[in-house]
Amino acid sequence: MRALLRALPWLYLALLYAFIFLPVVVLVLFSFQDGRLPVPPFQGPTLRWYGEVLSDSRLMAALGNSFLVALGSSALSVLLGFLAACGLARYRLPGSALLRGVLIAPMTVSYLIIALGLLSTLNAAGLPLSLWSVGAGHVVINLPLCFAIIYASMGGHQVSMERAARDLGAPEWKVMWLVTAPMLMPALLAAFFLSVTFSWDEFIIAFLLSRFDVTLPVEIWSLLRSGLSPRTNAIGSLVFLVSVALLLVLEATVFRKAGRR
Amino acid sequence: MSGRIEQRERRRAWGLVLPALGWTGLFFLLPFAVMVVTSFARREGREIVLAWSLQNYVDFVEKSFLLRGLVVSLEITALVVVISVLLAYPLAWIIAERVPARWQRTALILAVLPFWTSYVVRSYAWVLLLSRNGVVNDTLLSLGLVSEPLEMASTRFATVTGFVHFFVMLLTLTIYANLVQLAPNLRRAAADLGANGWQTFRHVILPLTRPGIMVGAFLTFVLCIGDYITPQILGGNNELVLPQVIMLQLGRRADFPMAAALSLVLMAVVTLVYIAVARWMKMERT
Repeated sequence: MRALLRALPWLYLALLYAFIFLPVVVLVLFSFQDGRLPVPPFQGPTLRWYGEVLSDSRLMAALGNSFLVALGSSALSVLLGFLAACGLARYRLPGSALLRGVLIAPMTVSYLIIALGLLSTLNAAGLPLSLWSVGAGHVVINLPLCFAIIYASMGGHQVSMERAARDLGAPEWKVMWLVTAPMLMPALLAAFFLSVTFSWDEFIIAFLLSRFDVTLPVEIWSLLRSGLSPRTNAIGSLVFLVSVALLLVLEATVFRKAGRR
Repeated sequence: MSGRIEQRERRRAWGLVLPALGWTGLFFLLPFAVMVVTSFARREGREIVLAWSLQNYVDFVEKSFLLRGLVVSLEITALVVVISVLLAYPLAWIIAERVPARWQRTALILAVLPFWTSYVVRSYAWVLLLSRNGVVNDTLLSLGLVSEPLEMASTRFATVTGFVHFFVMLLTLTIYANLVQLAPNLRRAAADLGANGWQTFRHVILPLTRPGIMVGAFLTFVLCIGDYITPQILGGNNELVLPQVIMLQLGRRADFPMAAALSLVLMAVVTLVYIAVARWMKMERT
């Protein structure tokens, strides 16, 4: 009885891990299915579906678009967030609490509502939908995050360094570029990579604000309409692989350093 | 003289804040205002006429399929929040208390690894598992637990399962963060005063982690009630949640005013819950 009680936590741990990993294992396993349907019994393995995915020009175009939008919108979010954080942390502005509130506000609104608002506005203004509108939407959702991360990491200990640089005659932009930014590098990188992962996986804004050029989640969405297929498993597994690789890079560089400090 | 410097500094600060502020204004505040105005407009034929009428909101209350969307959303979200917390709390506790310290980080990273599959793909993976000839039915049949395959795809069960899978990972993180912050002295003090393991948990640990649970549960609530993907892929069209109803307005009907009004209703519900949670947190602290 006591032994059972002691084993109970480990049993629970194993069960929950099984639940958490079940979909991923099934997804990856049946991406190697040698047959038309990704359901039991498992046949194979074959790399045929990966070959099909990699030679599918629509999917590859969507993949490229996703990278473009994720990198571009994240870079802009970090830049705007960094500038705003400098302005609000280093200078005293009237109503700075309100300004911070406005910059954070998009975080509290669901993506669907942000997308709908942008869609109605673009329609009213007669502007066409494109990857640019998707990117603009992604900056809206990532800017609050970048601003919050960078603002939170701007402490007093950097101020004296900046003052020293200023006393030595550095102009303001050089202080920011050569002193402030390098000191904030962990925060800037964390904000950037977090934005990339959010933008990379974002669906509803990309779905509503794009027309002909779509991002990967939207392309996968349209694949789902044709039902279950090992092809979808293969592309899903590839996306998972990319994300995990990104996570490992992040863990090895940014977070490990931050944790050690 | 100093006033001049101050003025220059202030102008510089505005210069730094303005790009971000402009972006937020142009692509968030303005669209939001447009949406609020649109929610008072009417669709007449293919035209959208600004009528300043409350008709969309009246329709929401009177037409049962619209109101039903909100009710279904609230029911599913409540189920998901409760089940996810009940599953995630023991997991976070075991990782924090039973797993050796140097393995905890690894255990945690493993517990949230599937988080990094694409959101759309994760829902699709659950369709694979729950479909008529999927892995779950296949296993149940071969074990002889059922004689007929169960209809699990396109049901509320499928939607809730997909959601719970996602939010267990999220909640494990927030509750774990809360648990490891507790001072070990508290536990020792409770033991010294004669409390057994269960009493310590019930009267010391659990009350102290209630804020962590609350924050995680609120996050779950917000993300769950606003999601379109999981109910659409896993729940099918048998019963629609509010985001599905909103997307339906956009589709064939192109009824922007109604979609805007429904979105604002959704936002109002989230805001109300936020106010309730904030008040609760304040009371808890005092």
